[in-house]
Amino acid sequence: MGTTASQLGKDLLSEYQELTFLTKQEILLAHKRFTELLPKEDRTVQSTTRLSMEKILSMPELKSNPFRKRICHVFSTSDTKDGSLTFEDFLDLLSAFSDSATLEIKSHYAFRIFDFDDDGTLDGGDLEKLVNCLTGETDDTRLTPEEMRQLIRNILEESDIDKDGTVNLSEFQHVISRSPDFVSSFKIVL
Amino acid sequence: MAYSVSFNLTPVMDPDFGNPGSDDTAQDSICQLLWVSKSSLECGSVSLGTQEMETALEDGSVSPGNQEIETALEDGSVSPGNQEIEMALEDGSVSPGNQEIETALEDGSVSPGNQEMETALKGGSVSPGNQEIETALEDGSVSPGNQEIETALEGGSVSPGNQEMETALEGGSVSPGNQEMETALEDGSVSPGNQEIETALEGGSVSPGNQEMETALEGGSVSPGSQEKEVLTKEDRLDKQVGIVMEQAAEETLQSREESKPLVRNRWSAATLKVLSCMPSRSIGCQSAIEVASKRTICHSQQHRYHLQTPNFSHSTRYSVRRNGIEVAPEDVNEEEDKRQELANNLQNMSSGERVRMLRSMPICLSEKRTLRKLAFSGQSGQSLLSREVPCNRLLNRDLRQCLFASLSLFSSLQLWRVPLKRLGCRFGTGVLSYFLFLRTLLLFNIFLFFINGLFLVLPQAIHPPLPQAIHPPNPVKSQLVLELFISLITGTGFLKYTVMFYGYYSNSTINTSWGGTSEPQVMAYNIPLAYFFSTGIAFFITGIVLIYSVSKSFGRSFPVFKSHGNLAIKLFCFWDFKVSKKTSVRIQSENISTQLKELLSEVNFREEERGRLERLCGMGFYLLAWTICLGSTFCWVLGIYSLTAKMGNTLPNEAHLLVVPGVVSCGNLFLPGLFNLVSWMENYSSPSVCLYVAIFRNLLLKFSILGVLCYHWLGRVAPQNGGVDTSGQHACWEDLVGQELYRFLLMDFIFTVLHTVFGEFLWKLFSQRVLQRRRKPVFDIARNVLELIYGQTLTWLGLLFTPLIPVVQIIRLLVLFHMKRSSLLMNCQASRKPWRSSHMTSVFISLLCFPSYLGVAVFVNYTLWTIKPSSGCGPFRNLPFMFHSGKQWAHELAKGNPNLDWLNWVHSNLVENPLFLFLVAGIFLMVIYVHAQVLDGQRRVMDLLQEQIKNEGKDMKFLITRLQDIHDRQPAPSPALPTGLQQQGSEVRNEHDVCGV
Repeated sequence: MGTTASQLGKDLLSEYQELTFLTKQEILLAHKRFTELLPKEDRTVQSTTRLSMEKILSMPELKSNPFRKRICHVFSTSDTKDGSLTFEDFLDLLSAFSDSATLEIKSHYAFRIFDFDDDGTLDGGDLEKLVNCLTGETDDTRLTPEEMRQLIRNILEESDIDKDGTVNLSEFQHVISRSPDFVSSFKIVL
Repeated sequence: MAYSVSFNLTPVMDPDFGNPGSDDTAQDSICQLLWVSKSSLECGSVSLGTQEMETALEDGSVSPGNQEIETALEDGSVSPGNQEIEMALEDGSVSPGNQEIETALEDGSVSPGNQEMETALKGGSVSPGNQEIETALEDGSVSPGNQEIETALEGGSVSPGNQEMETALEGGSVSPGNQEMETALEDGSVSPGNQEIETALEGGSVSPGNQEMETALEGGSVSPGSQEKEVLTKEDRLDKQVGIVMEQAAEETLQSREESKPLVRNRWSAATLKVLSCMPSRSIGCQSAIEVASKRTICHSQQHRYHLQTPNFSHSTRYSVRRNGIEVAPEDVNEEEDKRQELANNLQNMSSGERVRMLRSMPICLSEKRTLRKLAFSGQSGQSLLSREVPCNRLLNRDLRQCLFASLSLFSSLQLWRVPLKRLGCRFGTGVLSYFLFLRTLLLFNIFLFFINGLFLVLPQAIHPPLPQAIHPPNPVKSQLVLELFISLITGTGFLKYTVMFYGYYSNSTINTSWGGTSEPQVMAYNIPLAYFFSTGIAFFITGIVLIYSVSKSFGRSFPVFKSHGNLAIKLFCFWDFKVSKKTSVRIQSENISTQLKELLSEVNFREEERGRLERLCGMGFYLLAWTICLGSTFCWVLGIYSLTAKMGNTLPNEAHLLVVPGVVSCGNLFLPGLFNLVSWMENYSSPSVCLYVAIFRNLLLKFSILGVLCYHWLGRVAPQNGGVDTSGQHACWEDLVGQELYRFLLMDFIFTVLHTVFGEFLWKLFSQRVLQRRRKPVFDIARNVLELIYGQTLTWLGLLFTPLIPVVQIIRLLVLFHMKRSSLLMNCQASRKPWRSSHMTSVFISLLCFPSYLGVAVFVNYTLWTIKPSSGCGPFRNLPFMFHSGKQWAHELAKGNPNLDWLNWVHSNLVENPLFLFLVAGIFLMVIYVHAQVLDGQRRVMDLLQEQIKNEGKDMKFLITRLQDIHDRQPAPSPALPTGLQQQGSEVRNEHDVCGV
């Protein structure tokens, strides 16, 4: 713990504290976990150090999450779109999934995660992928195409307020605001 | 105004285009105009934006998106691939570029080509094939087909694929969709389009041409036969055909223009799609952050704000483009710098606390935030050179902030049971977690109670024990010491009776403490009765405030103001519990969601199947029977307890007898809920939530009616009988008796909970797994366990007046319960299959804790304080007519000693003793509630109006876009040889290029 603290630097730590929803302990813990994933010979975390998506997804907290790859892609700042995370991206991720993050932040990132094609709205294709992620890959849990079509139609009917055939961010947040459980379930604790 | 805005922005919008000709400008002006018109729509001036747009469109300067690319291609200055990919990425709907492959990779899915590529990528061996594919994609030969790539990869040979591709591209061959279609047609299949399209859709490689085809075909205006013939003759004809079909479909949409039809984006041409993708509502990223930031800076004038907002728009598009991995031109970087500066300026106008909050709540990446923060702070330090106070102030602020953060993190490091709670959450999800969180809340309540009582009451009394003759501790026989100890611990009698644990030990004297050394001793008088009265009262008061606050807060969170239209969307968007990370639990959650979605869908399908009259009558009969059984058994049980207590009161107190009543009551609490469960199994309620509420109501009724009877027993029978000097000449102390009884109840309840955990969960698991050979483990019953917690807490509160240290017992009980339940859960139970609306239920439980439990206790305690005569021989309130007189006495004494404090006496007599004051307070309270309800009602109405308005906005937008498309279609096509419908395909562009080249 002491070594990580000295590695991170006091100013940087307080800056991170200021800019994220994480507490000091959480940041230090995140740093520790991040360092553990780095290769043994080079364990100094620079701002440019990237962990590949596979490495990040080997963490038990994310391993079984059906949205794990989307999460990495959303929080990755990598230019090549490979889903690799720097330490700051990792902190961003934890901050959005932390206890004290606001509903706005959480719903924003949830929207980005569910927006599989990154086009800024949830259209039929996104919803279909979302449903498939939620119900899993096995055949008995998967919905039939007919069910899927009906489901998507109903969802658009419910949540698409301006009736443009897609769910945009504000409509999404509108739905989210009706479900108080979202804030407590959109959490990943390290 | 709109014009100027749009033209200002043109270079920002399209810096990638080699020579931004007039077409580009027009293109972007549509973009802008639509946006402007939307904003003007928001302002309410509809006609202006539309008009302007129409004029812009009618200028004839509009061209489809492809022309730009075409010109760019002719110039050869810009690589078209980037553009096309960029557009495609912005649109999101077009398959071609990296995106598709990436999404395919994310899916890990279907088409073999992608898989190949994935494996190749994963292998890390950058085979030349991949490179070629990449280059091919960058070349702008966009959807040349996964097929070819696939074959190239499958062949493992590098050059042939490349060659093939190149030849295909050089040949200017048509889009792969058409190719596939052609082969399909040649196969002789009758309805070619649909099949092929379907397979293409399943493959996940949807090229836009196919999609359009599909929509056109679904329009029903195409006869496959004629198409087949034409297609068989020549590819170009097919193109034409498709184009015509497209036009037909577009016309149809124009003609029908149904309002109910959603805005299907696939029908629009590339230009429209681009416009759509530029809409501010779809560009996420910095946008929202900046909007929030600019919203808060009120000091700007309207003009200025407008100026601010418009660049933000471009910034956000730039942002999304950048995120998509496209190179940013150098001038963009400058542009971005400007925007950042602007945002930083915005931030500087806020106070530092607000700035931190704002920065934290911006949905942008951390490195961006850091630069912003640097900018914001550096700018301020530059300004602060003018006045020297500011940096000092800032320094102080910063220190304060750091202090605050340090203390906050200290607090959160004290957070109880972080790791076990995380494990439980990982395995059982939010529902079970809410039980443990509730337990933790109760623990904190009790720690608070213990803190207040221990510090202000127990500690002073323990330091200055009352005179020994006041109490008569029995001398235990040495040989039976352990047994005595055990019995007294179980029953609360014996030596335990003569400790600070119970009411009777406390003296009615004033402790005089002196300190400050021997030379100048200062004397402080500490009035024990007063301390008793006030510490209990304040503890109750603060608990009540906290409870009401948390109830109102949780209600505000979990009960939406407006009615929800359906649950499907909520299920879909909010249901996944990201905490759950155990593999089996994830699987269970998936199954759970799947079944729920299916159920909901079937519910939507068959709204309400009419049940027969006989069936309904039968159901009613069952309900009646079930309720009769439940209420009857509750009533009998309560009656039994009543007569039992009456009988026990008459017999001589004996250690064994003392335990009878608590034992019987706890036994009933254990078994009657089981009976209720059986009965509700018979009832067969349609919705699970109704079932849950009914179960909660029955359990609650049972527990609280028993508590009511017991309270009557204590206050109505025990108190008057044991107030004075009993027959043996000893001072009887009814407060002690009641306190001991409550202590025993708490203990017994705990013992029975332990038994239930061991037998109900552990042995049942063994039984069902070994004997019944079932694989499933039992499920943790959250509602029942939480109700038990509430019951225990009620006992604790009831006992607080008579047993000041009863919170300690409860704390120990809760600690043991936590560890026991946790290990029992991890060992014996599995995640529930039923849905659990945890935050809703948490607020229900908190309100149950508040309403019957706390309120009942408050009534009990107040009744005791105000109307029951305390025992004359023991405790701090001996010789007083009522307990609350201690306060009155104190006020009198104070007034006597210091005439200035006479008002205290007046306050006491008028406010505390006069019921009018209470009525007044209650009346004000009710009025506040009424006003709030009215405000809520008004807000609901406004919300309905606003929703209606949003719907109208959507209709307007749809109308505008359709209009745009309409005008766009009527324009003379730039290259008349080709229909406009298919121009958005990348390979088509190449085709066009060839035509133009000729």
